[in-house]
Amino acid sequence: MARKGADIVIETLKEEGVEYIFGHPGGAIMEVYDALYRDGTIKHILTRHEQGAGHMAEGYAKATGKVGVAMSTSGPGATNLVTAIADAYMDSVPVVFITGQVPTHLIGNDAFQEVDIVGITRPITKHNFLVKRIEDLPLIIRQAFYIARTGRPGPVLVDIPKDITQKLSDVKIPSLDEVKSSLPGYKPHTEGNPQQIKRAAKLIMSAKRPVLYVGGGAVQSEAQDELIELAELMNIPVTTTNMGKGAFPELHPLALHMLGMHGTYYANMAVYNCDLLIAVGARFDDRVTGKIEEFAPQASIIHIDIDPASISKNIVVDVPIVGDVKVVLRKLIQEIKREGAKLVFPEERHNWIRQIEKWKKLHPLTYRNSEKVIKPQYVIEEIWKATKGDAIIATGVGQHQMWAAMFYKYSYPRQFINSGGLGTMGFGLPAGIGAKIARPEKEVFVIDGDGSFMMTMQELITAVQYKVPVKIAIINNGYLGMVRQWQELFYEKRYSEVDLSVQPDFVKLAEACGAIGFRAEKPNQVREVIEEAMKIQDKPVVLDFHVDREENVLPMVPAGKSYREMILEDGKKSVDADTMYLVG
Amino acid sequence: MSELSQANPVKAPMLRETKKGSVRKHIITLLVRNELGVLARIATLIAGKGYNIEGLSVGETHERGLSRMTIEVIGDDVVIDQVVKQLRKLIDTIKVRDLTDTPHIERELALVKIHTATPRARDEVLRIAEIFRGRIVDVSQSTYTVEITGTEDKINAFVELLKPFGIMEMARTGKVALKREMANSEEDV
Repeated sequence: MARKGADIVIETLKEEGVEYIFGHPGGAIMEVYDALYRDGTIKHILTRHEQGAGHMAEGYAKATGKVGVAMSTSGPGATNLVTAIADAYMDSVPVVFITGQVPTHLIGNDAFQEVDIVGITRPITKHNFLVKRIEDLPLIIRQAFYIARTGRPGPVLVDIPKDITQKLSDVKIPSLDEVKSSLPGYKPHTEGNPQQIKRAAKLIMSAKRPVLYVGGGAVQSEAQDELIELAELMNIPVTTTNMGKGAFPELHPLALHMLGMHGTYYANMAVYNCDLLIAVGARFDDRVTGKIEEFAPQASIIHIDIDPASISKNIVVDVPIVGDVKVVLRKLIQEIKREGAKLVFPEERHNWIRQIEKWKKLHPLTYRNSEKVIKPQYVIEEIWKATKGDAIIATGVGQHQMWAAMFYKYSYPRQFINSGGLGTMGFGLPAGIGAKIARPEKEVFVIDGDGSFMMTMQELITAVQYKVPVKIAIINNGYLGMVRQWQELFYEKRYSEVDLSVQPDFVKLAEACGAIGFRAEKPNQVREVIEEAMKIQDKPVVLDFHVDREENVLPMVPAGKSYREMILEDGKKSVDADTMYLVG
Repeated sequence: MSELSQANPVKAPMLRETKKGSVRKHIITLLVRNELGVLARIATLIAGKGYNIEGLSVGETHERGLSRMTIEVIGDDVVIDQVVKQLRKLIDTIKVRDLTDTPHIERELALVKIHTATPRARDEVLRIAEIFRGRIVDVSQSTYTVEITGTEDKINAFVELLKPFGIMEMARTGKVALKREMANSEEDV
């Protein structure tokens, strides 16, 4: 049963259970598109730009945990994927990128649409392959899926020269066992060292002021039940990073919400004063820690992570546990229960929780609403209410992203989809489309900025073509708002190149694309347009919210500074250092 | 706040210790799959930390498809530790080990072409080569080419001694290294 390489590609993708490919055809990948057409089982979403395909595959993967697939031709098709590949790398998103390549005999000859995409993406992929022999093709594709989804997930690129897709071969599709044994250097640790788990259990029971610091790894491993059980069993408050949102329900009384640069006052106070920090699938990113020397300065640190290279990278930890978050947490809970699940300092623990409640009351997450002008935070709250807190939210990058992180309350993993590590403007719309395709039963809201939206707005047409009813709420302030905020705070209001007030009429733009558009200019219109939008379920809806132009995202810890320098509200410079420091 | 037990406000912030290591030469040994791009992957990773590879040797092992790589790199202990962890993560690396503080054997081979126009120079170079257990592997009317193996120090000393005669060209392989099995066995001469 000799068949073309292109057919082997499709056959292997089907073996991997691929339902959707997000992509864009071109010369070097035409054979695969032909095989896709002839086979007819896998659905293909034709994006208007390859970057959109990459982010859609990411959105699909982030919403489901399944491997997303993006495909493009060689040269510019491949380079247009690069931003999405880097994005997936930074946020550990399992995506397989398939690129066409010029025929083998032309590689290195500066052929038409040739680029060394394997070389370009080497530092931004978990692994990548150039297929040199048709006999290797099915094994390489299966390896790519296996590597992408296991261990710390990440993007894998497979570059296939055109002649390989045209040659004939009767090579078999290898089994999963064959795939595993073909990768002797790749064995992710999932179990966690039992001795370290014992040490961690002891520390947790004897801590006076512990905090759970939960990141994207907990979302990836879907460890919500375990987190809730551990937090409740030991009475530990939980703060989640931007990537960890949804890993712990935000309406839970132990929830501290986000920490770090735009973290809540109470989360940052808790972390600053804790004596034990339990990091779960988080990587001590600089947006979280601020000034390293003053990050949780009194705390011992337990770090659970699947990636050994993430442990003690930025901060030396006391108890490193390499393993899958869910597996390790289960064992940790067992161990704590086996030890009697007794707190050594129950009274101190009780007081710690009371102290945190006080902090929550002192500076809750809030904003000053207005009758005259729409406050961006108000829009997010209204979306939260209208969707009963159940929608999947995808965002671009900037102020709107942080407001979406702060003012929508997330309750389940994979609910908040955004570009955390790379901070890719334009991520929101394509990622939201990918998420809606993956989870059609869920309402999906893209909360976007006017700047971010314009970076990938061509994908609105894609959503119209495939009747994907995403709601796109543009938090329109006519500025590159986050840059403007930094210019206001750190550059004496020199607003250099951030004015976007010359912009398309987003309602007409939506209509021109065959979507629906609504605009809200006054606070009393906000709820109405959201409710109207939610009635439409056969095409995308663009909601253009004209918001207060110079609203700031607060609280804020300036980059590289200590939590002590947290700015709580406009005009009030920072937290009084004397009031924030406790010693046990 | 005062009603909280053990919780007293203080003014001076505590500081968390940050890791700082000393900068020195590390020798890293890797067992790698002999796949397309493996060297580029490793080099990219090290260059990405802002470090230069000072020495590098690669060769096949007795096992098919596996190569042994020895890399010398000058860097901060803490960063090198991170580099080693990241090298281990690469799909094509089977084993990665920083041998710097582990008893190990290391050897290097050098070919040195020396200007030997006079009989006196020939005698002298021959004698020095003998002392260093080097071998003359190529001769012309005005040159000797000597092959020498040994530790870095030995080769450096040899090269220093030959400099006055005029070294025309030289090539060094970079170190190869293996961990010692008997930790207290003596360093051989």
